[in-house]
Amino acid sequence: MTTTKTNDIEAKVIAIVCEQLDVRADDVAPTKTFTDDLGADSLAIVELVLAFEEAFHLKIPDNEVDGIKTVGNAIDYIKKHANSAS
Amino acid sequence: MSTRRVVITGMGVLSPLGIGVADNWRRLCAGESGIGPITRFDTTEYPTKIAGEVPGFEPTQWIAKRELRQMDLFIQYAIAGAAMAVADAGLDRVPVADPERFGVFVGAGLGGISTLESTIAALKEKGPRHGISPYFVPAIIVNLAAGQISIRHNARGPNLSHVSACSTGAHSIGEAFRTIVYGTADVMIAGGTESTVTPLGIGGFCSSRALSTRNDEPTKASRPFTASRDGFVLSEGCGLLVLEELGHARARGATILAEIVGYGLSADAHHITMPSPGGEGAQRCMKMALRDAGLAAEQVGYINAHGTSTAADATETQAIRAVFGAHADRLAVSSTKSMHGHLLGAAGGLEAAITVLALRHGILPPTINLDDPDPECDLDYVPHTARPAQVEYAMSNSFGFGGTNAALIFRRAEF
Repeated sequence: MTTTKTNDIEAKVIAIVCEQLDVRADDVAPTKTFTDDLGADSLAIVELVLAFEEAFHLKIPDNEVDGIKTVGNAIDYIKKHANSAS
Repeated sequence: MSTRRVVITGMGVLSPLGIGVADNWRRLCAGESGIGPITRFDTTEYPTKIAGEVPGFEPTQWIAKRELRQMDLFIQYAIAGAAMAVADAGLDRVPVADPERFGVFVGAGLGGISTLESTIAALKEKGPRHGISPYFVPAIIVNLAAGQISIRHNARGPNLSHVSACSTGAHSIGEAFRTIVYGTADVMIAGGTESTVTPLGIGGFCSSRALSTRNDEPTKASRPFTASRDGFVLSEGCGLLVLEELGHARARGATILAEIVGYGLSADAHHITMPSPGGEGAQRCMKMALRDAGLAAEQVGYINAHGTSTAADATETQAIRAVFGAHADRLAVSSTKSMHGHLLGAAGGLEAAITVLALRHGILPPTINLDDPDPECDLDYVPHTARPAQVEYAMSNSFGFGGTNAALIFRRAEF
Protein backbone atom coordinates (compact mmCIF):
# COMPACT_ATOMS: atom_id res chain seq x y z
CA MET A 1 0.00 0.00 0.00
CA THR A 2 1.36 3.45 -0.86
CA THR A 3 1.98 6.05 1.83
CA THR A 4 -0.61 8.31 0.25
CA LYS A 5 -3.27 5.67 0.52
CA THR A 6 -2.29 4.92 4.12
CA ASN A 7 -2.60 8.58 5.03
CA ASP A 8 -5.92 8.79 3.19
CA ILE A 9 -7.30 5.93 5.23
CA GLU A 10 -6.11 7.48 8.49
CA ALA A 11 -7.58 10.87 7.61
CA LYS A 12 -10.86 9.33 6.54
CA VAL A 13 -11.14 7.24 9.72
CA ILE A 14 -10.53 10.32 11.86
CA ALA A 15 -13.11 12.28 9.89
CA ILE A 16 -15.69 9.56 10.39
CA VAL A 17 -14.95 9.32 14.12
CA CYS A 18 -15.32 13.11 14.44
CA GLU A 19 -18.62 13.10 12.61
CA GLN A 20 -20.11 10.10 14.39
CA LEU A 21 -19.00 10.93 17.93
CA ASP A 22 -19.10 14.73 17.52
CA VAL A 23 -15.52 15.21 18.68
CA ARG A 24 -12.70 17.36 17.30
CA ALA A 25 -9.89 15.97 15.20
CA ASP A 26 -7.36 17.12 17.85
CA ASP A 27 -8.99 14.75 20.34
CA VAL A 28 -8.76 11.75 18.04
CA ALA A 29 -5.27 10.33 18.63
CA PRO A 30 -4.62 6.67 17.67
CA THR A 31 -4.30 5.70 21.33
CA LYS A 32 -7.73 7.01 22.28
CA THR A 33 -10.32 4.39 23.19
CA PHE A 34 -13.80 4.80 21.75
CA THR A 35 -15.60 4.04 25.00
CA ASP A 36 -13.59 5.62 27.82
CA ASP A 37 -11.87 8.46 25.97
CA LEU A 38 -14.39 9.38 23.29
CA GLY A 39 -17.59 8.57 25.21
CA ALA A 40 -19.13 6.04 22.82
CA ASP A 41 -21.62 3.57 24.23
CA SER A 42 -22.17 0.13 22.68
CA LEU A 43 -24.75 1.40 20.19
CA ALA A 44 -22.51 4.27 19.09
CA ILE A 45 -19.74 1.77 18.39
CA VAL A 46 -22.09 -0.32 16.24
CA GLU A 47 -22.95 2.82 14.25
CA LEU A 48 -19.31 3.78 13.95
CA VAL A 49 -18.43 0.35 12.57
CA LEU A 50 -21.30 0.57 10.06
CA ALA A 51 -20.03 3.97 8.95
CA PHE A 52 -16.55 2.48 8.40
CA GLU A 53 -18.14 -0.33 6.37
CA GLU A 54 -19.99 2.08 4.11
CA ALA A 55 -17.04 4.41 3.64
CA PHE A 56 -14.46 1.70 2.92
CA HIS A 57 -16.69 -0.87 1.20
CA LEU A 58 -15.88 -3.71 3.53
CA LYS A 59 -17.65 -5.76 6.14
CA ILE A 60 -16.50 -5.96 9.75
CA PRO A 61 -17.93 -9.09 11.41
CA ASP A 62 -19.24 -8.71 14.96
CA ASN A 63 -16.52 -10.93 16.41
CA GLU A 64 -13.87 -8.60 14.99
CA VAL A 65 -15.52 -5.50 16.46
CA ASP A 66 -14.43 -6.53 19.97
CA GLY A 67 -10.83 -6.10 18.91
CA ILE A 68 -11.40 -2.55 17.69
CA LYS A 69 -11.08 -0.65 20.96
CA THR A 70 -8.98 2.36 19.92
CA VAL A 71 -8.77 4.70 16.97
CA GLY A 72 -5.49 3.02 16.10
CA ASN A 73 -7.15 -0.44 16.11
CA ALA A 74 -9.71 0.86 13.60
CA ILE A 75 -7.07 2.38 11.33
CA ASP A 76 -5.02 -0.81 11.38
CA TYR A 77 -8.00 -3.04 10.68
CA ILE A 78 -9.14 -0.95 7.75
CA LYS A 79 -5.66 -0.66 6.26
CA LYS A 80 -5.41 -4.44 6.39
CA HIS A 81 -8.84 -5.18 4.90
CA ALA A 82 -9.54 -2.25 2.61
CA ASN A 83 -6.54 -3.30 0.55
CA SER A 84 -8.10 -6.63 -0.27
CA ALA A 85 -11.51 -5.13 -1.05
CA SER A 86 -12.02 -2.89 -4.09
CA MET B 1 -54.02 10.13 58.06
CA SER B 2 -55.34 12.95 55.88
CA THR B 3 -55.29 12.81 52.11
CA ARG B 4 -52.21 14.26 50.49
CA ARG B 5 -52.79 17.34 48.34
CA VAL B 6 -51.11 17.90 44.99
CA VAL B 7 -50.15 21.19 43.39
CA ILE B 8 -48.63 22.30 40.10
CA THR B 9 -45.23 23.96 40.52
CA GLY B 10 -43.90 24.11 36.96
CA MET B 11 -44.94 23.82 33.32
CA GLY B 12 -43.23 23.36 29.96
CA VAL B 13 -44.98 23.52 26.60
CA LEU B 14 -44.20 23.45 22.87
CA SER B 15 -46.99 23.99 20.36
CA PRO B 16 -47.74 25.68 17.05
CA LEU B 17 -48.11 28.85 19.14
CA GLY B 18 -44.48 28.69 20.16
CA ILE B 19 -41.90 27.28 22.49
CA GLY B 20 -42.46 28.00 26.18
CA VAL B 21 -45.36 29.10 28.33
CA ALA B 22 -44.84 32.83 27.78
CA ASP B 23 -45.19 32.79 23.98
CA ASN B 24 -48.09 30.34 24.12
CA TRP B 25 -50.05 32.32 26.72
CA ARG B 26 -49.46 35.64 24.98
CA ARG B 27 -50.76 34.31 21.67
CA LEU B 28 -53.69 32.50 23.27
CA CYS B 29 -54.78 35.73 24.95
CA ALA B 30 -54.39 37.56 21.64
CA GLY B 31 -56.60 34.99 19.90
CA GLU B 32 -53.91 34.05 17.40
CA SER B 33 -53.73 30.86 15.36
CA GLY B 34 -50.57 28.78 14.94
CA ILE B 35 -51.90 26.80 11.96
CA GLY B 36 -50.25 27.04 8.55
CA PRO B 37 -49.23 25.05 5.46
CA ILE B 38 -47.38 21.78 6.07
CA THR B 39 -43.65 22.19 5.45
CA ARG B 40 -42.38 18.75 6.47
CA PHE B 41 -43.25 16.83 3.30
CA ASP B 42 -44.75 17.28 -0.16
CA THR B 43 -48.53 17.42 0.28
CA THR B 44 -49.39 17.50 -3.45
CA GLU B 45 -51.32 14.24 -3.31
CA TYR B 46 -52.88 14.82 0.12
CA PRO B 47 -56.36 16.33 0.58
CA THR B 48 -55.18 18.14 3.72
CA LYS B 49 -52.22 20.48 3.28
CA ILE B 50 -52.28 22.29 6.62
CA ALA B 51 -51.17 21.47 10.15
CA GLY B 52 -49.89 23.00 13.36
CA GLU B 53 -46.11 22.69 13.34
CA VAL B 54 -43.90 23.86 16.20
CA PRO B 55 -42.06 26.95 14.89
CA GLY B 56 -38.33 27.44 15.18
CA PHE B 57 -37.39 24.37 17.21
CA GLU B 58 -33.60 24.07 17.44
CA PRO B 59 -32.83 20.60 18.85
CA THR B 60 -29.22 21.36 19.76
CA GLN B 61 -30.45 24.00 22.16
CA TRP B 62 -31.70 21.14 24.35
CA ILE B 63 -29.82 18.03 23.27
CA ALA B 64 -26.19 17.24 22.37
CA LYS B 65 -25.85 16.83 18.61
CA ARG B 66 -24.55 13.27 18.83
CA GLU B 67 -27.58 12.21 20.83
CA LEU B 68 -30.18 13.44 18.35
CA ARG B 69 -29.97 10.21 16.34
CA GLN B 70 -31.24 8.34 19.41
CA MET B 71 -34.60 10.04 19.37
CA ASP B 72 -37.54 10.76 17.13
CA LEU B 73 -38.82 14.35 17.20
CA PHE B 74 -41.58 13.52 19.71
CA ILE B 75 -38.89 12.56 22.24
CA GLN B 76 -36.90 15.72 21.48
CA TYR B 77 -40.00 17.79 22.25
CA ALA B 78 -40.47 15.88 25.52
CA ILE B 79 -36.89 16.61 26.58
CA ALA B 80 -37.31 20.33 25.81
CA GLY B 81 -40.69 20.43 27.57
CA ALA B 82 -39.28 18.72 30.65
CA ALA B 83 -36.27 21.04 30.77
CA MET B 84 -38.60 24.04 30.74
CA ALA B 85 -40.98 22.55 33.31
CA VAL B 86 -38.16 21.64 35.69
CA ALA B 87 -36.62 25.12 35.34
CA ASP B 88 -40.04 26.70 35.89
CA ALA B 89 -40.36 24.68 39.10
CA GLY B 90 -36.92 25.82 40.27
CA LEU B 91 -35.76 22.21 40.36
CA ASP B 92 -32.84 22.84 38.02
CA ARG B 93 -31.16 24.98 40.66
CA VAL B 94 -31.98 22.74 43.62
CA PRO B 95 -32.71 19.18 42.45
CA VAL B 96 -35.37 17.01 44.09
CA ALA B 97 -34.06 15.91 47.49
CA ASP B 98 -34.99 12.25 47.07
CA PRO B 99 -34.69 11.17 43.43
CA GLU B 100 -36.44 7.88 44.21
CA ARG B 101 -39.61 9.83 44.92
CA PHE B 102 -39.36 11.80 41.66
CA GLY B 103 -41.15 10.12 38.75
CA VAL B 104 -42.09 10.68 35.13
CA PHE B 105 -45.41 9.81 33.45
CA VAL B 106 -45.07 11.12 29.88
CA GLY B 107 -46.84 9.38 27.02
CA ALA B 108 -47.64 9.79 23.35
CA GLY B 109 -50.52 8.63 21.18
CA LEU B 110 -48.56 7.41 18.16
CA GLY B 111 -44.88 7.85 18.95
CA GLY B 112 -41.96 7.75 16.55
CA ILE B 113 -43.77 7.54 13.24
CA SER B 114 -41.44 9.78 11.26
CA THR B 115 -38.35 7.75 12.22
CA LEU B 116 -40.32 4.60 11.40
CA GLU B 117 -41.10 5.96 7.92
CA SER B 118 -37.53 7.02 7.17
CA THR B 119 -36.14 3.71 8.43
CA ILE B 120 -38.50 1.70 6.25
CA ALA B 121 -37.26 3.66 3.25
CA ALA B 122 -33.61 3.12 4.26
CA LEU B 123 -34.29 -0.59 4.78
CA LYS B 124 -35.60 -0.92 1.22
CA GLU B 125 -32.65 0.98 -0.16
CA LYS B 126 -29.76 -0.47 1.86
CA GLY B 127 -31.04 -3.66 3.48
CA PRO B 128 -31.21 -4.34 7.23
CA ARG B 129 -27.53 -4.02 8.15
CA HIS B 130 -27.05 -0.49 6.87
CA GLY B 131 -30.66 0.63 6.69
CA ILE B 132 -31.66 0.13 10.31
CA SER B 133 -29.79 2.21 12.86
CA PRO B 134 -28.81 0.56 16.15
CA TYR B 135 -30.79 3.42 17.71
CA PHE B 136 -33.97 2.65 15.79
CA VAL B 137 -35.86 0.94 18.60
CA PRO B 138 -35.06 3.39 21.41
CA ALA B 139 -35.69 6.25 18.98
CA ILE B 140 -39.29 5.33 18.27
CA ILE B 141 -40.87 3.60 21.24
CA VAL B 142 -43.28 5.73 23.22
CA ASN B 143 -41.82 5.14 26.66
CA LEU B 144 -38.44 6.53 25.73
CA ALA B 145 -40.01 9.98 26.14
CA ALA B 146 -40.34 9.20 29.85
CA GLY B 147 -37.05 7.31 29.82
CA GLN B 148 -34.98 10.13 28.34
CA ILE B 149 -36.51 12.61 30.79
CA SER B 150 -35.70 10.37 33.75
CA ILE B 151 -32.07 10.01 32.58
CA ARG B 152 -31.60 13.72 32.19
CA HIS B 153 -33.19 14.65 35.52
CA ASN B 154 -32.12 11.69 37.63
CA ALA B 155 -35.78 10.84 38.24
CA ARG B 156 -35.61 7.41 39.86
CA GLY B 157 -39.25 7.10 40.84
CA PRO B 158 -42.17 5.62 38.86
CA ASN B 159 -41.50 5.73 35.12
CA LEU B 160 -44.32 5.02 32.71
CA SER B 161 -46.00 6.03 29.50
CA HIS B 162 -49.74 5.94 29.21
CA VAL B 163 -51.12 5.60 25.70
CA SER B 164 -54.74 6.59 25.17
CA ALA B 165 -54.81 8.50 21.89
CA CYS B 166 -56.07 12.05 22.40
CA SER B 167 -56.51 11.48 26.14
CA THR B 168 -52.88 10.47 26.71
CA GLY B 169 -51.72 13.78 28.17
CA ALA B 170 -54.67 14.09 30.53
CA HIS B 171 -54.45 10.47 31.70
CA SER B 172 -50.72 10.90 32.35
CA ILE B 173 -51.44 13.90 34.60
CA GLY B 174 -54.35 12.20 36.34
CA GLU B 175 -52.34 9.07 37.07
CA ALA B 176 -49.41 11.16 38.31
CA PHE B 177 -51.85 12.95 40.64
CA ARG B 178 -53.03 9.58 41.98
CA THR B 179 -49.45 8.37 42.40
CA ILE B 180 -48.57 11.32 44.64
CA VAL B 181 -51.80 11.01 46.64
CA TYR B 182 -51.12 7.29 47.09
CA GLY B 183 -47.69 8.15 48.46
CA THR B 184 -45.35 6.54 45.92
CA ALA B 185 -43.83 9.84 44.83
CA ASP B 186 -43.59 13.47 45.89
CA VAL B 187 -42.75 15.05 42.53
CA MET B 188 -43.92 13.92 39.09
CA ILE B 189 -43.33 15.27 35.60
CA ALA B 190 -46.50 14.41 33.68
CA GLY B 191 -48.17 15.06 30.36
CA GLY B 192 -47.88 14.13 26.71
CA THR B 193 -45.80 14.67 23.60
CA GLU B 194 -46.44 14.05 19.91
CA SER B 195 -45.02 14.68 16.45
CA THR B 196 -46.93 13.11 13.59
CA VAL B 197 -46.84 15.70 10.78
CA THR B 198 -45.68 13.02 8.34
CA PRO B 199 -47.12 11.27 5.27
CA LEU B 200 -48.59 8.46 7.36
CA GLY B 201 -49.66 10.68 10.23
CA ILE B 202 -51.48 13.18 8.04
CA GLY B 203 -52.42 10.56 5.45
CA GLY B 204 -53.91 8.21 8.00
CA PHE B 205 -56.29 10.83 9.38
CA CYS B 206 -57.02 12.04 5.83
CA SER B 207 -58.11 8.57 4.87
CA SER B 208 -60.46 8.49 7.85
CA ARG B 209 -61.82 11.83 6.59
CA ALA B 210 -61.08 13.28 10.01
CA LEU B 211 -59.07 16.35 8.98
CA SER B 212 -60.16 19.77 7.77
CA THR B 213 -59.37 20.47 4.11
CA ARG B 214 -59.70 24.25 4.46
CA ASN B 215 -56.24 24.60 2.91
CA ASP B 216 -56.73 28.12 1.55
CA GLU B 217 -57.45 29.55 5.01
CA PRO B 218 -55.30 27.62 7.47
CA THR B 219 -55.86 29.93 10.46
CA LYS B 220 -59.62 29.50 10.12
CA ALA B 221 -59.65 25.75 9.60
CA SER B 222 -59.86 24.76 13.27
CA ARG B 223 -63.29 26.13 14.12
CA PRO B 224 -64.90 24.13 16.94
CA PHE B 225 -68.63 24.46 17.56
CA THR B 226 -69.31 26.20 14.21
CA ALA B 227 -71.75 25.11 11.51
CA SER B 228 -68.98 25.07 8.89
CA ARG B 229 -66.46 22.96 10.82
CA ASP B 230 -65.07 20.18 8.61
CA GLY B 231 -62.61 18.23 10.71
CA PHE B 232 -59.68 18.77 13.02
CA VAL B 233 -56.27 20.25 12.31
CA LEU B 234 -53.40 17.97 13.28
CA SER B 235 -50.69 19.56 15.40
CA GLU B 236 -47.52 18.58 17.22
CA GLY B 237 -45.80 19.56 20.42
CA CYS B 238 -45.59 18.76 24.10
CA GLY B 239 -47.33 19.79 27.32
CA LEU B 240 -45.81 18.84 30.68
CA LEU B 241 -46.65 19.78 34.26
CA VAL B 242 -44.62 19.34 37.41
CA LEU B 243 -46.97 17.90 40.04
CA GLU B 244 -45.81 18.09 43.62
CA GLU B 245 -47.10 17.11 47.04
CA LEU B 246 -48.19 20.29 48.80
CA GLY B 247 -45.95 19.94 51.88
CA HIS B 248 -42.94 19.16 49.72
CA ALA B 249 -43.62 22.27 47.61
CA ARG B 250 -44.06 24.52 50.64
CA ALA B 251 -40.93 23.19 52.34
CA ARG B 252 -38.74 24.30 49.45
CA GLY B 253 -40.60 27.58 48.91
CA ALA B 254 -41.87 26.63 45.46
CA THR B 255 -44.27 28.89 43.59
CA ILE B 256 -47.63 27.15 43.45
CA LEU B 257 -49.38 27.68 40.13
CA ALA B 258 -52.62 25.79 40.90
CA GLU B 259 -53.90 22.75 42.75
CA ILE B 260 -55.09 19.61 41.01
CA VAL B 261 -58.21 18.43 42.81
CA GLY B 262 -60.08 15.95 40.62
CA TYR B 263 -59.59 13.25 37.99
CA GLY B 264 -62.17 11.21 36.17
CA LEU B 265 -61.89 8.57 33.50
CA SER B 266 -64.26 6.30 31.64
CA ALA B 267 -64.83 4.26 28.50
CA ASP B 268 -67.64 4.80 26.01
CA ALA B 269 -67.64 1.12 25.04
CA HIS B 270 -69.26 2.26 21.83
CA HIS B 271 -67.17 2.94 18.69
CA ILE B 272 -63.56 3.08 17.55
CA THR B 273 -63.69 6.75 16.54
CA MET B 274 -67.15 8.20 17.29
CA PRO B 275 -68.31 9.18 20.79
CA SER B 276 -71.31 7.50 22.40
CA PRO B 277 -74.63 9.23 21.68
CA GLY B 278 -75.29 12.14 24.01
CA GLY B 279 -71.70 11.80 25.18
CA GLU B 280 -72.78 9.20 27.72
CA GLY B 281 -69.20 8.13 28.39
CA ALA B 282 -67.99 11.73 28.68
CA GLN B 283 -70.80 12.47 31.14
CA ARG B 284 -69.69 9.68 33.45
CA CYS B 285 -66.12 10.87 33.17
CA MET B 286 -66.92 14.49 34.10
CA LYS B 287 -69.18 13.38 36.96
CA MET B 288 -66.43 11.15 38.27
CA ALA B 289 -63.98 14.06 38.26
CA LEU B 290 -66.48 16.21 40.18
CA ARG B 291 -67.04 13.43 42.74
CA ASP B 292 -63.31 12.91 43.05
CA ALA B 293 -62.87 16.63 43.77
CA GLY B 294 -65.82 16.67 46.15
CA LEU B 295 -67.42 19.43 44.10
CA ALA B 296 -70.95 20.28 43.04
CA ALA B 297 -71.27 20.95 39.31
CA GLU B 298 -72.15 24.60 40.05
CA GLN B 299 -68.70 25.23 41.49
CA VAL B 300 -66.95 24.88 38.13
CA GLY B 301 -66.54 28.19 36.31
CA TYR B 302 -64.63 27.25 33.15
CA ILE B 303 -64.14 24.17 30.99
CA ASN B 304 -61.29 23.82 28.49
CA ALA B 305 -63.19 21.62 26.07
CA HIS B 306 -61.90 18.76 23.96
CA GLY B 307 -63.58 20.63 21.07
CA THR B 308 -61.72 19.22 18.07
CA SER B 309 -63.74 20.99 15.32
CA THR B 310 -65.49 17.76 14.31
CA ALA B 311 -69.06 16.49 14.54
CA ALA B 312 -68.25 15.32 18.07
CA ASP B 313 -68.32 18.95 19.28
CA ALA B 314 -72.12 18.70 19.45
CA THR B 315 -71.84 15.51 21.49
CA GLU B 316 -69.51 17.18 23.97
CA THR B 317 -72.00 20.07 24.25
CA GLN B 318 -74.80 17.61 25.05
CA ALA B 319 -72.61 15.89 27.64
CA ILE B 320 -71.79 19.20 29.35
CA ARG B 321 -75.47 20.14 29.45
CA ALA B 322 -76.37 16.77 30.93
CA VAL B 323 -73.75 17.02 33.68
CA PHE B 324 -74.11 20.69 34.58
CA GLY B 325 -77.85 21.15 34.09
CA ALA B 326 -78.98 24.75 34.46
CA HIS B 327 -75.45 25.77 35.40
CA ALA B 328 -74.32 24.91 31.86
CA ASP B 329 -75.63 28.29 30.69
CA ARG B 330 -73.49 30.07 33.27
CA LEU B 331 -70.34 28.12 32.38
CA ALA B 332 -67.62 29.49 30.13
CA VAL B 333 -66.41 26.75 27.77
CA SER B 334 -63.65 27.33 25.25
CA SER B 335 -61.74 25.14 22.83
CA THR B 336 -58.18 26.39 22.49
CA LYS B 337 -57.74 23.82 19.72
CA SER B 338 -59.21 26.66 17.63
CA MET B 339 -55.78 28.28 17.98
CA HIS B 340 -53.23 25.48 18.49
CA GLY B 341 -54.97 22.61 16.72
CA HIS B 342 -55.12 19.03 17.98
CA LEU B 343 -51.86 17.86 19.51
CA LEU B 344 -53.13 14.26 19.83
CA GLY B 345 -51.16 12.62 22.66
CA ALA B 346 -49.85 16.00 23.80
CA ALA B 347 -53.27 17.72 23.71
CA GLY B 348 -54.28 16.87 27.28
CA GLY B 349 -50.93 18.06 28.61
CA LEU B 350 -50.96 21.38 26.76
CA GLU B 351 -54.60 22.01 27.60
CA ALA B 352 -54.05 21.25 31.29
CA ALA B 353 -51.27 23.85 31.28
CA ILE B 354 -53.60 26.35 29.59
CA THR B 355 -56.30 25.66 32.20
CA VAL B 356 -53.78 26.34 34.98
CA LEU B 357 -52.78 29.60 33.28
CA ALA B 358 -56.42 30.66 32.96
CA LEU B 359 -56.91 30.17 36.70
CA ARG B 360 -53.64 31.84 37.61
CA HIS B 361 -54.03 34.92 35.42
CA GLY B 362 -57.81 35.26 35.67
CA ILE B 363 -58.19 35.26 31.87
CA LEU B 364 -60.20 32.73 29.87
CA PRO B 365 -58.71 32.02 26.42
CA PRO B 366 -61.25 32.24 23.59
CA THR B 367 -62.66 29.92 20.97
CA ILE B 368 -61.62 31.75 17.82
CA ASN B 369 -63.25 31.39 14.38
CA LEU B 370 -66.65 31.13 16.04
CA ASP B 371 -68.26 33.13 13.23
CA ASP B 372 -71.16 30.77 12.50
CA PRO B 373 -72.16 28.82 15.63
CA ASP B 374 -73.82 25.47 15.05
CA PRO B 375 -77.37 25.68 16.48
CA GLU B 376 -76.66 22.37 18.25
CA CYS B 377 -73.69 23.98 20.00
CA ASP B 378 -75.28 26.61 22.18
CA LEU B 379 -73.08 27.18 25.19
CA ASP B 380 -70.98 30.23 26.01
CA TYR B 381 -67.77 29.29 24.18
CA VAL B 382 -65.97 32.61 24.94
CA PRO B 383 -66.15 33.62 21.27
CA HIS B 384 -63.31 35.45 19.52
CA THR B 385 -61.70 37.32 22.42
CA ALA B 386 -60.08 36.35 25.69
CA ARG B 387 -62.16 37.26 28.71
CA PRO B 388 -60.98 38.44 32.13
CA ALA B 389 -62.70 36.25 34.73
CA GLN B 390 -61.74 35.05 38.20
CA VAL B 391 -62.67 31.40 38.31
CA GLU B 392 -62.00 29.13 41.27
CA TYR B 393 -62.42 25.69 39.68
CA ALA B 394 -61.78 24.75 36.05
CA MET B 395 -62.10 21.47 34.19
CA SER B 396 -60.14 20.17 31.19
CA ASN B 397 -61.68 17.48 28.95
CA SER B 398 -60.00 14.98 26.64
CA PHE B 399 -61.73 12.23 24.66
CA GLY B 400 -59.77 9.75 22.56
CA PHE B 401 -60.24 7.23 19.75
CA GLY B 402 -61.57 4.00 21.14
CA GLY B 403 -63.84 5.94 23.48
CA THR B 404 -61.30 6.64 26.21
CA ASN B 405 -62.18 9.70 28.28
CA ALA B 406 -60.38 11.88 30.80
CA ALA B 407 -61.33 14.93 32.84
CA LEU B 408 -59.10 16.91 35.18
CA ILE B 409 -60.20 19.59 37.64
CA PHE B 410 -57.87 22.33 38.85
CA ARG B 411 -58.31 24.90 41.58
CA ARG B 412 -56.88 28.39 41.55
CA ALA B 413 -53.94 28.66 43.93
CA GLU B 414 -54.35 30.88 46.94
CA PHE B 415 -51.14 29.90 48.67
